[in-house]
Amino acid sequence: MSAISKKRWGNLSLSAAVWGFAIVMIYPLLWLLSSSLKHTTEVYSQAHKLIPAHFYWENYVSGFKGFAGHSFFLFFQNSLYVTIFSVVGTVIASTMAAYAFARIRFPGSTFWFACMMLTLMLPSEVLIIPQYMLFNKLNWINTFWPLIVPSFAGGAFFIFLLVQFMRGIPVELDESARIDGCGRILFFAKIMLPLIVPAIVTTAVFKFIWTWDDYFAPLLYLNSAEMATVSLAIKSMADPTMETDWGALFAMSVLSLVPVMAVFIAFQRYIVEGISTTGLKG
Amino acid sequence: MKRTSKQWLRNPDLYAGYAFIFPWLLGLFVFSLFPIFFSLYLSFTDYDILSAPQWIGFENFKEMFTDDPRFVKSVKVTLLYVAVSVPLRLCFALAVAALLNMKIKGARALRSLYYLPTLMGGSVAVIVMWGQLFGINGAFNSFMRSIFGIEISISWITDPSTALGSLIALSVWQFGSAMLIFLAGLKQIPASLLEAALVDGASAAYRFRRITLPLLSPVIFFNLVMGIIGGFKVFSEGMILTGGGPHDQTLFYVIYLYENSFRFLHMGYGSAMAWVLLLAVSILTALVFRSSSLWVHYESKGERGA
Repeated sequence: MSAISKKRWGNLSLSAAVWGFAIVMIYPLLWLLSSSLKHTTEVYSQAHKLIPAHFYWENYVSGFKGFAGHSFFLFFQNSLYVTIFSVVGTVIASTMAAYAFARIRFPGSTFWFACMMLTLMLPSEVLIIPQYMLFNKLNWINTFWPLIVPSFAGGAFFIFLLVQFMRGIPVELDESARIDGCGRILFFAKIMLPLIVPAIVTTAVFKFIWTWDDYFAPLLYLNSAEMATVSLAIKSMADPTMETDWGALFAMSVLSLVPVMAVFIAFQRYIVEGISTTGLKG
Repeated sequence: MKRTSKQWLRNPDLYAGYAFIFPWLLGLFVFSLFPIFFSLYLSFTDYDILSAPQWIGFENFKEMFTDDPRFVKSVKVTLLYVAVSVPLRLCFALAVAALLNMKIKGARALRSLYYLPTLMGGSVAVIVMWGQLFGINGAFNSFMRSIFGIEISISWITDPSTALGSLIALSVWQFGSAMLIFLAGLKQIPASLLEAALVDGASAAYRFRRITLPLLSPVIFFNLVMGIIGGFKVFSEGMILTGGGPHDQTLFYVIYLYENSFRFLHMGYGSAMAWVLLLAVSILTALVFRSSSLWVHYESKGERGA
């Protein structure tokens, strides 16, 4: 065998190994998809087979029966409601704060910026009990408010990300706009916002995924079935004390992953860049 | 130039600045500053949310370290989880990133595939699925039986000896974010350096150890710090899959904190635990930063700080 073809074989077998390992890694996800199309009795009797003996689409119908008399549509609606408001709140408050930190030299700005960087590292566990007491006092337990309102204060990580991005935009732009008589608010809305769209998309995408997947806050603040988000509903349906229709549960599980998957397909570039340049946890 | 307070107040940037940070600033006070000081206060009290907090001094902390075997257990479990899962995840991430950085057909598609478990892994659906995959009749046992003829009649999740291991596996499986960060780091390494070493006859292993690893050390360091902090805060996986059981084998620190605070309503004790976590994370982060000068290599020492 000549040296060149030997090298080609090496490359080929390497590619094959990397592809093979990738399949092993996504196998659990494929298994989830395949189990959602199997009849519950088949899920576990033929657990290793990826192709169902019969495609049992009924799972996707019976799954929507939900639990405790509430359709799964309701849980999707709840999750969507919480997620959309959280994303909107985070984007508005974070871009505003970032603009002030990046562009306005106001007294105290360095101090508050340092405060923000400190909260970046703060484990949220230290905050939950007083926050819970606060929301309890406000009679907000078992409402969506505790899940939405804190988002309207923005997020430290996102503010930092946006500040970094805005610093890359030439300051001369601000000055020429001011000479032309453009005020701060107009400049922010008409000139800055369109320029930082990539950073805003990154913020929105990550906030969307985190809120959609969140389990801790809904577990803490929502305690009746009709308020449950998708995460809570899936956990409740998988409760070992209940008789679980696994086929139906897997069907709803697959649907619960669709929004995240859709966001990933649409904004893959922002996700990959967000993680590789700032270390945002995906 | 001397500024009087009047001039200071007339500075238009003052109002503009505070107007723009107002939502965040309000949130900082209400959702971060007030809670952090209040939880510090609560950690010195006995508090059950129904009646007013009773000041008990250092009793909570004393109980934690001298009279609460479950607390000690939760610390041990969490440390073991972090010590095994973080290095393993980083090794996987680095190995796959190094492979993807070579000229492989479909590297972009592969990158997405390897990232998928991380993208999906945070969701309850995937955690629940993991429990079934490694359940007694799950795909894993079914595979072992039908392909290798090995009969396994335990559930990996509920057996005390394997429960923690199956949660570690779930965490290692999600190496995608670390991998993306490594990939970005690998792309920064100048090809000329590696080529020069190749010309000099250095083997692939030698080049990796002597060029790639040192140049990548800041990225490894970053991933390590983030991994450790994230590992200490692990909650959902354990809460959903094992609930801390069996026999507290997977009683992660935050699960025990949650139990104390919201199930037993020992909110003073829970606050004290939260503060211990805060201190532990800060000290550990500081230690890792301190030690970083020993093994993290920075290209231009003056410009880039840790």
